[in-house]
Amino acid sequence: MTTHTSTHASTIADEIAEKTFQDVSLCYQCGKCSAGCPVRYYMDVAPNKIVRFIQLGFYEEALKSSTPWLCAGCQTCSTRCPQEFDLAKFMDAVRELALEKGVKVKEQDILKFHKAFLHQIENFGRAYEVGLVAEYKLKTMHLFDDVDSAPGMIMKGKLKLLPHVIKGRKAVKDIFIKTAEKKQTKK
Amino acid sequence: MENNLKAGYFPGCSQTGTAREYDLSLRSVAEKLGTELTDVDDWNCCGATSAHVTNHTLANALAMRNIVQAEKQGLTEMVAPCAACYNRLIVSQHETQIHPELKKEIEAILDSKIENPVQVMNIVELFTKIGADKVKQAVVKDLKELNAACYYGCLLLRPSDITHFDDAEQPTSMEELIKLTGAKPVEWNFKVECCGAAHSIARKDIVVDLSKKILDDAVAHGANVMVVACPMCHTNLDMRQKAIKKEYPEHKEIPVLYLTELIGLALGMDEKELGINLHTVKFELKKETA
Repeated sequence: MTTHTSTHASTIADEIAEKTFQDVSLCYQCGKCSAGCPVRYYMDVAPNKIVRFIQLGFYEEALKSSTPWLCAGCQTCSTRCPQEFDLAKFMDAVRELALEKGVKVKEQDILKFHKAFLHQIENFGRAYEVGLVAEYKLKTMHLFDDVDSAPGMIMKGKLKLLPHVIKGRKAVKDIFIKTAEKKQTKK
Repeated sequence: MENNLKAGYFPGCSQTGTAREYDLSLRSVAEKLGTELTDVDDWNCCGATSAHVTNHTLANALAMRNIVQAEKQGLTEMVAPCAACYNRLIVSQHETQIHPELKKEIEAILDSKIENPVQVMNIVELFTKIGADKVKQAVVKDLKELNAACYYGCLLLRPSDITHFDDAEQPTSMEELIKLTGAKPVEWNFKVECCGAAHSIARKDIVVDLSKKILDDAVAHGANVMVVACPMCHTNLDMRQKAIKKEYPEHKEIPVLYLTELIGLALGMDEKELGINLHTVKFELKKETA
């Protein structure tokens, strides 16, 4: 990945435009998004600056930032943007591109959570909460987080010890295969 | 009862597990109001946060498989009580409607045509459809002891140009609905603030901070109960009060009800029937309330 150059300046911005159906140059940097962002405090870079990085071709800075991963997808920014730029959707595309380009994601726990969640859907067709938590704990080694909640949840019938497997499991698995293949052919 | 509503039902994964009381209370209340709910055949997970933050094609395909399933069943409208499922379903519907190239791509993945005739409703819209008069007529218990902070969160409202539901900054539809039960809605500031959503496990610290701010604002404005319409919000605001209490020992607990549970109480069902006993923060109506 090249940074600080204008020669590659269109590629990632173009890929974002292709994924989100919107032009990143719409943003005129008023900063309203960052002012109202409920998770700004935890991010390493303000959300509007991620947009600025992409506009100026500082791709690496944008893709390696913790900001897209901490974005909770609440869409407060998208709702308030005077340019009607959907920043939440833009953040989706930045995360997706960070994964496609093999950038080391700062928020590893969040990424591992999403991967564990998707594995359940891929295998069973639905989110299987016990499987999700078990896989997440093993991948992150946070073995003892929330263990005090689990027995109560099982007693209340909120955590099922066995997954529900849908009939269309194969159809769902196919969705995963086909969408992964699309990424392979694009590379 | 005449003019009974028939609607499709997309339960979503939480409704079969951590939010099973939301499912339980919705089914009981619907039955009481003469609404016939038909589950979408063999539905799959909508993809939730994890799909749309990592792969937009996957997210749209997972959501649209459900729309296609409902379509094949001949459903013309369906309720998705989980705000997150509701959001994923309507956003993917919208995207495939306005971007023909995306629609073609998703049709190829699903190996099925997308006609998009199914109207997806959130839980508040379901009650609007059932009708305020009908709900009011069915109320047998006055919930006047409840000062309720209606919490909308994010995904019920936003993006407003797709949901076309209420005012994105100052919504009032839940308040209007709960007034039918005698409960008094409180005016407060955090009804559309984010609780931290899917960060509940991987960044519990963030969820504890954000949820505490929301709960505190509700209490500061005189609420003795919160009302929500999303399993993720409920997990963060109810279940996470244990972690909040650990971090902030002075935290003042407040019970959190699903909208369907509150309405169920007004229709004369008890806490256990509605699954309210499954919550982390205990809630019971005063026994003397008639």
